[in-house]
Amino acid sequence: MEIVVCVKQVPDTTEVKIDPVKNTLIREGVPSIVNPFDKIAVEVALQLKEKHGGRVRVISMGPPQAADALKECLAMGADEAVLVSDRAFGGADTLATAYALSTSIEKMGPVDLIICGKQAIDGDTAQVGPGIAENLGFPQITYAAKIEVNGNVIKVDREHEDGYEIMEAPLPIVVTVVKSIAEPRFPTVKGTMKANRAQIPVWTAAEIGADEKRIGMPGSPTQVRRIFTPKQRSQGELIQEETAQKSVAALMQKLSDAKII
Amino acid sequence: MAVIVNQNKCVGCGACVPACPFDAIVMQEGKAYITEKCTMCGACISVCPVEAIYREEIERTVSMDKTEYKGVWVFIEQSEGQVKGVAHELLGEARKLADELGEDVAGVLIGDQVEGMTGELFASGADKVYLVEGPEYSHYNTEAYTVAFVDLIKTYKPAAVLVGATNDGRDLGPRVAARTRTGLCADCTGLSIDPETRLVIWTRPAFGGNIMADILCPDHRPQMGTVRPKVFKRPVADPSRTGEVIKVASKVKAEDLKVKLLEIISVCTSNCKLEEADIIVSGGRGMNKPENFAAIEELANVLGGAVGASRAAVDAGWKPALHQVGQTGKTVGPKIYFACGISGAIQHLAGMSSSDTIIAINKDIDAPIFKVADYGIVGDVMEVLPLLTAEFAKYKASCK
Repeated sequence: MEIVVCVKQVPDTTEVKIDPVKNTLIREGVPSIVNPFDKIAVEVALQLKEKHGGRVRVISMGPPQAADALKECLAMGADEAVLVSDRAFGGADTLATAYALSTSIEKMGPVDLIICGKQAIDGDTAQVGPGIAENLGFPQITYAAKIEVNGNVIKVDREHEDGYEIMEAPLPIVVTVVKSIAEPRFPTVKGTMKANRAQIPVWTAAEIGADEKRIGMPGSPTQVRRIFTPKQRSQGELIQEETAQKSVAALMQKLSDAKII
Repeated sequence: MAVIVNQNKCVGCGACVPACPFDAIVMQEGKAYITEKCTMCGACISVCPVEAIYREEIERTVSMDKTEYKGVWVFIEQSEGQVKGVAHELLGEARKLADELGEDVAGVLIGDQVEGMTGELFASGADKVYLVEGPEYSHYNTEAYTVAFVDLIKTYKPAAVLVGATNDGRDLGPRVAARTRTGLCADCTGLSIDPETRLVIWTRPAFGGNIMADILCPDHRPQMGTVRPKVFKRPVADPSRTGEVIKVASKVKAEDLKVKLLEIISVCTSNCKLEEADIIVSGGRGMNKPENFAAIEELANVLGGAVGASRAAVDAGWKPALHQVGQTGKTVGPKIYFACGISGAIQHLAGMSSSDTIIAINKDIDAPIFKVADYGIVGDVMEVLPLLTAEFAKYKASCK
């Protein structure tokens, strides 16, 4: 089975803090990590390979340092990695990113299954996976909580607001995965050493044969016009009476006064 | 096509360095330099006191007659014979946008035997409903719905399309946008019209809710976005409003559909329907053990509310992921949100800060949750919760 996993290198947004005085992001010391959902996608791919054989390749579009994210995936056990990197890709929105990645995947040869994390934690768009599927003419199943492959057929439990939808489709397909599907493994020492030695090929826009009108800024219909820090909710009232009983009574009174109840 | 520092104007004050959300500006020999980490967001442009940073405009090669595209559309998500609340919320917002543009609001209703729903769509603000019906639409299906939606867009040419940012909406939106090759702004929490350009300004959180971005789609049509449920209020229904139903034939054949739905497993009782709930009682790490969630469930029962959980509580296995509130869980906007033993990490706040009233119970007076709570009780949650449940039970009884 030929599996390709799309990964993104992201700043660890859980480490991002806001400077309370200047009201700006403090980026100092925020590490770059593999998007957590993508790491889960790599784990799912490795499990499927262990069961069905084949090959797991990881692909990322990003600046040269995104190679570190790919090395982490190699250390987990992925067989090969490709970095799609070129200044011409800069400023890409989800449409241009999906185009660059799907064009690169076409260059990789026949693929049975493409797995993506459900979304990246920096942009939270969840749009690149379906975009890749559309460009390749593949069907898609998003929010997969369980995957089984039987010959040429994939069965997926798709997470829904109220439960699950059990779906079935022929390969090839694009699947995006949620957190509960698997726990990503830790890289082995041997894997890490191998990953550190790996030479990751870098594909440029010309090498993937990209239409320059569809990549980077020119290929991105959306433009960020302004970035600002959100208005914070103002702090309300703290209630701290001597006993819990009195605190609860005070709360009920305040809710009643404010006509909330 | 880049954000550029005019080195002659740069005074080396360094104001742009911390303003960059992507750590892409470095100071070298008293001048600012933009590195390749730049995503061209432009956050630095407005903070530069000497206007030394500017955006190099690119030549657009798109030749699209944008004037043909008119009206604001809303995808009407429905299941089991019910229009989802988010569809009404978006009709209300679409109405405001369309009124500013002097254009119409249309609902896009795709389903099996759903014509009976058109009345309530007019009542919520639609002028027209595009109706595509057939058994192939009886349950949401990416391929069938994409074919129907793209066909409508190509034929009737809307200026803007709003889709609820639900699991299905976020599955459908990018597929439709990629097929029509237009821009899609994900998970928006604010919508407005730029008076100068008449473009929709799509406002959305990024970086786990740490920053907000205004996004435009200047040269492609339709302008598309998915919009978070419960951020906007459902408009008051006006049953006297009527409109036009435009029936469009289905272009999909059932045998063309590759993905088959085998079964729907609903594990959700009413207490995990967080998106539609008016009251949510949520528990976090401070609940200490799974058994203590019983106290949360009791309060939720008394109030007829749903039960939520923080990521910490879900990761600990105390509650299934369907209950998770936050950036990677569900986004909620109830009338009252109880945060019990939840410290209030930014990722959690991102999922619940549009609640009308937030009541927090936490023993740590410095917990960040108190910074956003309207009312905060400092105390032991296991002591406070049963008392609160008893008080609300008394209150409910007195209302009868």
